[in-house]
Amino acid sequence: MSQFNVQLGVRLVVLALVMVLLQLMFFAQVQVFGTIADLSPLVVMAVGLLCGPVTGAAMGFAIGLIIDTALLQTMGLTSLVLIGVGYWTGRLREVRDPQSTFAPLALGAGAAAIATVGYGIGQFLLGAVHPLSWLLLKQTLATIVLDALLAIPVTALVRRWLTPVLPEDPRRRRRRAYTTGGLSPLQKA
Amino acid sequence: MHDRKVVRRRRAVLGLLVACALILLTAYFGEGAGGGLHAIQRGALAVFSPVENVASGAVKPFRDLFGWVGDTFHAKGQNKTLRKEVDGLRLQVAQLSGDLRTSKQLDKITALDGRAGLAQYKPISARVVIANPNVWYSTVNINRGTGDGVHVNDPVIDGDGLVGIVTKTVSDAAQVLLITDAQSGVSARLADPAGIPGFVQTATPGDPNDLLMQRIPRGATPRVGEMVVTAGVQSAKFPSNFPSDIPIGTVTKVDPNELDTSQQIHIRPYANMHNLDVVQVLTQPSSRSAGP
Repeated sequence: MSQFNVQLGVRLVVLALVMVLLQLMFFAQVQVFGTIADLSPLVVMAVGLLCGPVTGAAMGFAIGLIIDTALLQTMGLTSLVLIGVGYWTGRLREVRDPQSTFAPLALGAGAAAIATVGYGIGQFLLGAVHPLSWLLLKQTLATIVLDALLAIPVTALVRRWLTPVLPEDPRRRRRRAYTTGGLSPLQKA
Repeated sequence: MHDRKVVRRRRAVLGLLVACALILLTAYFGEGAGGGLHAIQRGALAVFSPVENVASGAVKPFRDLFGWVGDTFHAKGQNKTLRKEVDGLRLQVAQLSGDLRTSKQLDKITALDGRAGLAQYKPISARVVIANPNVWYSTVNINRGTGDGVHVNDPVIDGDGLVGIVTKTVSDAAQVLLITDAQSGVSARLADPAGIPGFVQTATPGDPNDLLMQRIPRGATPRVGEMVVTAGVQSAKFPSNFPSDIPIGTVTKVDPNELDTSQQIHIRPYANMHNLDVVQVLTQPSSRSAGP
């Protein structure tokens, strides 16, 4: 797990606030492919991927709380779902450390799927009057596809914003050494 | 690899966060509208609504640009359909102008009833600052609140027709439940001389273009293209404050089987729920009642 530092904390708070503002003021009011992009799971996924499961889960909790408060929704539900997204991607980073350029695409789809389906299940458990319909399924799938497409630029932006204050990660240092001409310990031997 | 201490700490933080979320969820769900968490939400709304207002204004040009691109494609597709509709409407106008002459007597009588202008309901303009991003809630937040005379249950309209009803208020902001929400319902009637009554609810939650007009009396013969307006009467389930004769939408589908068995027809709302910008709140509707 990454070590917490004040600079990182400040940047995460700024990131969360900007993300929620952009989501509510812009993205929520712009339809693409008949649906609306949801940035929250993508940002939480990117934070989990860069900072680890604990920071990812905490970011998920905070963003969920801000969204529920701003939208006067049932408090706690979005947080619960986004905690799952942040923790999952954080653990994935620790166990698999996905490095492919297209990893954010798959992870974005996964994060969006967890968020939308989890939120839906939560709503049903809370007794929402909302019949299962073809439209619901279509919108869920469209949101997942749209979020997957947005995941690459969102992850890149979050990475660019957080990398300067991230604690040095031995794995990252090792990878950088190999890709910039350095030799791996095996090669050196 | 990770030592046990790190793993224990990670699990403890996760457990704590999940527990906090569950406690919030349970407390929020269990308390009434006047409870502490609801009050926090209203407080946050009151504090941040000026910020939201400014931010919404700042991103509006970008939103409009994006909307313009989408609308251009949409308009191209709609062009063909609208041409057909115009042809049909021309015929209707010719027919109606004949009917109009013969119904002058009736007009005089209805003029006595006085289809009151909206000015008497003290409308105030408001701007939509936040729209809900998910399919589960159809709500928007506006930048007017109790300080401007907005109350819970006040009807909200835009230039095209009925939009929804105010469900929560703070001093300078309010939440509007759209008529496309699953929890919403409006007593309505067709705007034809027969005035066939019914009840408008969403057909498919999340679809802003499909509403159902239900409880149509048996034997009634509504037609596609007819206008649906508010009836101005309240039902026990949805005590609406909507004044009468506010346009809601147009009849898009009348399936004889559906009409016979379920007593319902499909309508499309006039207001574009995905592109609300400026709306009006009728701050003094005919009567007041409890929440929806």
